[in-house]
Amino acid sequence: MTTEAVEPDFDVIVVGAGVAGCVTAYRLAEAGRSVVLIERGEAPGSKNLSGGVLYSRVMEEVFPDFLTQAPVERRITRNYVQFLNGTSSVGIDYQDSRLSDPVNAVTVLRARLDAWLGERCEEAGVFLMPGVRVDEVLTEDGKVVGVRAGDDELRAHVVVAADGVNSFLARAAGLRPQEPTNHLALGVKAVVSLPAATIEERFHCAGDEGVAYAVVGDCTLGIGGGGFLYTNRDSISVGVVLRLDDLVAKGVPSSEVFEHFLTHPFVAPLLAGGEVSEYASHLVAEGGLDMVREITTDGMVVVGDAAGLTLNTGLTVRGMDLATASGIAAATGIEAALAAGDTSKAGLAGYRTALTASFAGQDMQTYAKAPAFLERERMYEQYGSLLADIMYGAFNHDLRPRRHLRDVAKRAFKRSPVRLRDLFSDGLAGVRAL
Amino acid sequence: MADRLAGNRYETDEEESHIHLDQDLARTTGCARRLVAICPAKVYAEEADGTISVEYAACFECGACAAVAEPGVLTWRYPRGGMGISLREG
Repeated sequence: MTTEAVEPDFDVIVVGAGVAGCVTAYRLAEAGRSVVLIERGEAPGSKNLSGGVLYSRVMEEVFPDFLTQAPVERRITRNYVQFLNGTSSVGIDYQDSRLSDPVNAVTVLRARLDAWLGERCEEAGVFLMPGVRVDEVLTEDGKVVGVRAGDDELRAHVVVAADGVNSFLARAAGLRPQEPTNHLALGVKAVVSLPAATIEERFHCAGDEGVAYAVVGDCTLGIGGGGFLYTNRDSISVGVVLRLDDLVAKGVPSSEVFEHFLTHPFVAPLLAGGEVSEYASHLVAEGGLDMVREITTDGMVVVGDAAGLTLNTGLTVRGMDLATASGIAAATGIEAALAAGDTSKAGLAGYRTALTASFAGQDMQTYAKAPAFLERERMYEQYGSLLADIMYGAFNHDLRPRRHLRDVAKRAFKRSPVRLRDLFSDGLAGVRAL
Repeated sequence: MADRLAGNRYETDEEESHIHLDQDLARTTGCARRLVAICPAKVYAEEADGTISVEYAACFECGACAAVAEPGVLTWRYPRGGMGISLREG
């Protein structure tokens, strides 16, 4: 049988019904293409885990009614950035009503969000196949022509690998190597149920407003990474993200770091009385631009986490908005390739062009130096203690004559293992990277 | 740990494990402790006889073990379609 003799079953096969896969499938179906969306979970979302904050404006470009129709949890109007030490904590509490109108970010739970996205896809004409694991990509003369799942083969003009951070498809197609461990982080998360009224009282948020905590320091026992705590409607998403290379080097069990954060005296009261309704983990792509490699090959494109599209800027951790943007860009590139009848790598080049031109591509470029900056050790232990020591010197009225804040800071600095050249070097690198 | 997993829902594949571990290679590379420590679901445990047991039914399917294991120690793939953990929150 020759290649020409096999009529593809679909224009496009999308593997993975997460944010990137659903947006790609939805857009192409809207454009009138025949699309099958294959998902290994029993339903879209049943394998998907996020910390939980979605910067939602880009999603509104795809679904104008997103904020009123999608199962979003709370609008984030308060961001708390915290240096957490063993017995002290220094934070920036940023609350702003401008973050609520227009809505900037929302908390989501993926089992609900992705199920909703899957439904929108089906309404648009996408053929959804849940409970099917794709085993390999089919290639002919070096071109991807379809996928095999068990005994079944499906063929299409274009295959979209939206199969997440571990993307077996992108690896099989030679687009990704085994990722170095400093490009990956382990996210360990629990969802803790609490009544909505308790959450609103505890976190000072009214109605559907919510809070996002970004925590650094003792929450990870000094391991590169951080803690997070996000309010949902009637639960809290709480967990740690730990850089794999550092986690392995320090040899601490990941579950121990997670428990340490949840039982920290400054964190435990926020969760008191809650029930853990779910406990799970997920890998996070942390390599930044270095991790985004080839995203197109003959007959195939890679989107979302599978393409390494996540960003940790220190203050914000983003993935779902970049996944959405990559889905939009991929659909644009694929549509152009299908229209031109050329789905080779060259024919699919419109995807990279559209992605590079989008805010997602530009942000990946802007924060290209962020991962290296965030690997600097001092961020995870010493700066939090130094800040707390300065504050202690300012607030601790021990009946000794007061000193100017400048002298207090100087003394705290002298006692800290942080040296002036460290501060200077980290400060400069931080300004450049972030 | 059993407590933490109590709320999770699983559709366990009774016929096949999605994780295969080469005991000999694990022993010679000495990566037992690393696997035990990295997994938040406590899938891996060191047994008295020096082998590593694999409680694959508890797996969250994150892939951290496969990312840190010495090459060849683990053959790790996703469970068959519809099997494994089924998140209700996510």
